[in-house]
Amino acid sequence: MNFSEVFKQSNQLCKVSPDGKYLATCVQYRLVVRDVNTLQILQLYTCLDQVASMEWSSDSLFILCAMYKRGLVQVWSLEQPDWHCKIDEGSIGLVSSRWSPDGRHILNTTEFHLRVTVWSLCNKSVSYIKYPKACQKGMDFSADGRYMALAERRDCKDYISVFVCDDWHLLRHFETDTQDLAGVEWSPNGCVLAAWDSCLEYKMLLYSLDGRLLSTYSAYEWSLGIKSVAWSPSSQFLAIGSYDEKVRILNHITWKKLTEFEHHPTITNSKAVASHRCLVSDEIPPLPVQVPVVKPDPDRANPKIGISAIAFSVDNRYLATKNDCMPQSVWVWDMQRLGPTAVLEQTAPVRFFAWDPRRPRLALCTGNTKLYLWSPAGCVSVKVPVEGKRQHLAYS
Amino acid sequence: MGDWWTPPMMPDPGLGIREFSSVSHIDESPSRHRSPPATRASETNSKHSYSVLTAFCTEENIPQCVAYVNQEAAALGLCGVCVEARGAGPSLGAASALNLLYELLQLQRRGQRTLHDLETQQLKNNSDLEHLQHNNSRLKDQLEHTRRENSGLHEGERQLQLKIRTLQRYLKSEKEEVQKLQSIIASRATQYNHDAKRKERESAKLKERLNQLLVDKRDKRLAIEVANCVGRADGKRSLWKTSKMEARHEGEMYKALLSDYEGRHQVLLQENAELKKLLQLMKKDMVSMLSPRKTTRAHMPAEDSLEQAGSEPDDELCEGSRDPLEQMCEQAREQLANSIRLQWRRLKSHMQRLDSQVSLAASREQEEVISRREHEEAITHMKMELQQCTEFIQTQQQLLQQQLSLPCDEETAALLNDGYLLEEKERLKEEWSLFHEQKKNFEMERKNFTEAAIRLGHERKAFEEDRALWLKTQFLNMAPFVGHRRHATSESRRALTIGAQSGAKVPSSPALSCTSASHTGLSTPTSDPMTLPSTAELYRTLQLIPDSRSQGRCASNSFQSGATMTKSQLRDSCTDCSIFSVVRDGNSAS
Repeated sequence: MNFSEVFKQSNQLCKVSPDGKYLATCVQYRLVVRDVNTLQILQLYTCLDQVASMEWSSDSLFILCAMYKRGLVQVWSLEQPDWHCKIDEGSIGLVSSRWSPDGRHILNTTEFHLRVTVWSLCNKSVSYIKYPKACQKGMDFSADGRYMALAERRDCKDYISVFVCDDWHLLRHFETDTQDLAGVEWSPNGCVLAAWDSCLEYKMLLYSLDGRLLSTYSAYEWSLGIKSVAWSPSSQFLAIGSYDEKVRILNHITWKKLTEFEHHPTITNSKAVASHRCLVSDEIPPLPVQVPVVKPDPDRANPKIGISAIAFSVDNRYLATKNDCMPQSVWVWDMQRLGPTAVLEQTAPVRFFAWDPRRPRLALCTGNTKLYLWSPAGCVSVKVPVEGKRQHLAYS
Repeated sequence: MGDWWTPPMMPDPGLGIREFSSVSHIDESPSRHRSPPATRASETNSKHSYSVLTAFCTEENIPQCVAYVNQEAAALGLCGVCVEARGAGPSLGAASALNLLYELLQLQRRGQRTLHDLETQQLKNNSDLEHLQHNNSRLKDQLEHTRRENSGLHEGERQLQLKIRTLQRYLKSEKEEVQKLQSIIASRATQYNHDAKRKERESAKLKERLNQLLVDKRDKRLAIEVANCVGRADGKRSLWKTSKMEARHEGEMYKALLSDYEGRHQVLLQENAELKKLLQLMKKDMVSMLSPRKTTRAHMPAEDSLEQAGSEPDDELCEGSRDPLEQMCEQAREQLANSIRLQWRRLKSHMQRLDSQVSLAASREQEEVISRREHEEAITHMKMELQQCTEFIQTQQQLLQQQLSLPCDEETAALLNDGYLLEEKERLKEEWSLFHEQKKNFEMERKNFTEAAIRLGHERKAFEEDRALWLKTQFLNMAPFVGHRRHATSESRRALTIGAQSGAKVPSSPALSCTSASHTGLSTPTSDPMTLPSTAELYRTLQLIPDSRSQGRCASNSFQSGATMTKSQLRDSCTDCSIFSVVRDGNSAS
């Protein structure tokens, strides 16, 4: 693996364009665009304030730079460097800003989640969406970019609105049977919308594209509920990670639980241990293996317990999970055998992990200077010649 | 001091003897015990009174009686009586007798008293004993009773202990549940508090902002500044929002849903069809596996018929259910499932029967296990053979089919046939060529051989002539036998002629020459060796070197120089000749 020289970037704003040709980094109030192969600076833009968030448009032609303090959004074009666009939210403030899937509309969420403003770059028109919900994941676009689901709350009730991204026409608007809707997510085939309640109640609702309720799933009552959700790329499975340190897999035909993966602190399964590698010492410890557990503080809200991150591999074969009370371990499960295939134990808490978009390879970083790669064939650790801590990974 | 003294031969009636014996049965007990039987005896005596006394003592045996009495008294510790000789006869001393009597009376009284005491004592003891026995039985009953009570109490205690334990467990579980609920409540409470605080903070910020906005006159309007409008991503022109558009959106949405459902439906249909096929295959396999064994079974014929009857309509249905349209039919599906279940049950029962049989056989003899192993090995071996054979047959069939299918195109068939035979033809050609070469070589050899033979013949002829001359000269020199000259010369001539004949015949049959030579019975033994070695040498020369002329000469020279050959050599050479002739015959035949 080759590494380039170190580039300065602030706020972890370093993104490769969706077509993989350009690399954009933000330094303070400057936006630098480089060529991915030669790393030569192609464009340099200057924004009005320190850039808080930066995003490429889906066709890699525009870059959005949002400055939340000033309530400004500036859009730059790669093809025409002197083209400029500035969106001022005014006194209403700005909390988040993102592109629409077609790359021609910008959705700004105002302060206090008062409304979502949809700005069109094609015809300078504005649309407003009222009462968006401030929750874990209130807005999600379907994979083909045709529909957008938005969680709303009116009169102490939760609603979901489905918009057609073409012209922001409201397709469906229906109430959800939740106490406090926490998030929505489309299935990769765009036909099912998963909506889940906040952690105070374990409830997963599945809606069809036209707003019909397909199924409800609730594993247990009273204890803290859903922490993370992930769809498998084939839309066959829905993985729900909860605060009871278990991942439950639902199947797409009956929407009933297929199996549950338990993150037991003692591993006695020899198959799992056979592929387990302690990356520091490169040895296989004898059975049974004890996974280091960190007990969470019971008095604090949002306790550090439960499955906080789930990700499916691209070929649907593997599922990687992280249990917050075992912060140094990442568990990899085999979906064909429906059992654990590896437990990757690190010396420091794992900050982030991501699957390779093309093959079943998992990369994880723990905040030190190394990058760890796992694949079914084996593990590799790569030293990254960079100072400071690695917090985030992104595959192009 | 066991007083077993019995008075010697007392002429007393049996009664007296009995009494004595009863007296004499007094054993080592103290005098007190001794006395009661004595007193009893004396009482009985007194009852029987006079007759007994008179029986004991008479006028005659007074001294003996006195002696006896004295003895008894001494035994009892009393002073005895003395005999005074008085006028009439020996008589007892009155004082001593009275003393003795008095002491005896005293004794008697004492005895009676003790007896009385003892009797009272005994009565007391008896009553005590009875009392004690009563007590004992009573206490035993009491003990039993208490024991039973005790066990009952133990049982009760045990049950109570069990109850306690279950209750404790229940209590523990309840406590745990309570704790869990408490922890849940606590976590929910913290979460609620946290959320409430967050909302409060937000509302506070809102209020602040509202204040700020109300106070602040300057109102920044939201606006967008774009240098120029950008085209749509897909290049199309944007459309107005109309109801038609809405309808179109709806339609698209439903289309997307439908296509997804149809895709899934197709997948499920496919899976269904595959599974059905698999089930049918399984069923067929099971039926085929079970049916040949069923026919061999003698017992359960009724079941057989039933099952066969049952399987037939199943088969029919199978045939029908292969039709994909009928696969939709519920009944067909159910029947397939039922038939599979039936077959599976049959298979299971069969396997169970086999298992039981195997276990029985194994328990009977150990040898059977080994034979079974062998049997299994044999079976696998046969299976392999069978497989091989089938494969072979299949390949043969294929080839045959190819052959049969080919004659549609004669040219190619001819070519192919040619192709098949080409190898053989080539081989044949090669062999032919080889054969011809060999033949040529052989002819050459033959020719050489004949030439050599002829030459040798000539040489021999010459040699014979020389020899004959030599002999002749010798004979002639050996003067005395003049008369025999003719004979010798004739013989020598004969020998010559024979030699000539043999020389001529040599190419054809040296064996004949040998025999002819032997048959003619040449007198000169030296002439015999003449013929034989020549053929042997001929053979040798022909065998060894193709150019036989020099050899022939050498041979003749050697013969001349050697003059004689050993008989063994000749014999060998004779056999060699015969072999050679045989070989030659063989060669000529081929």
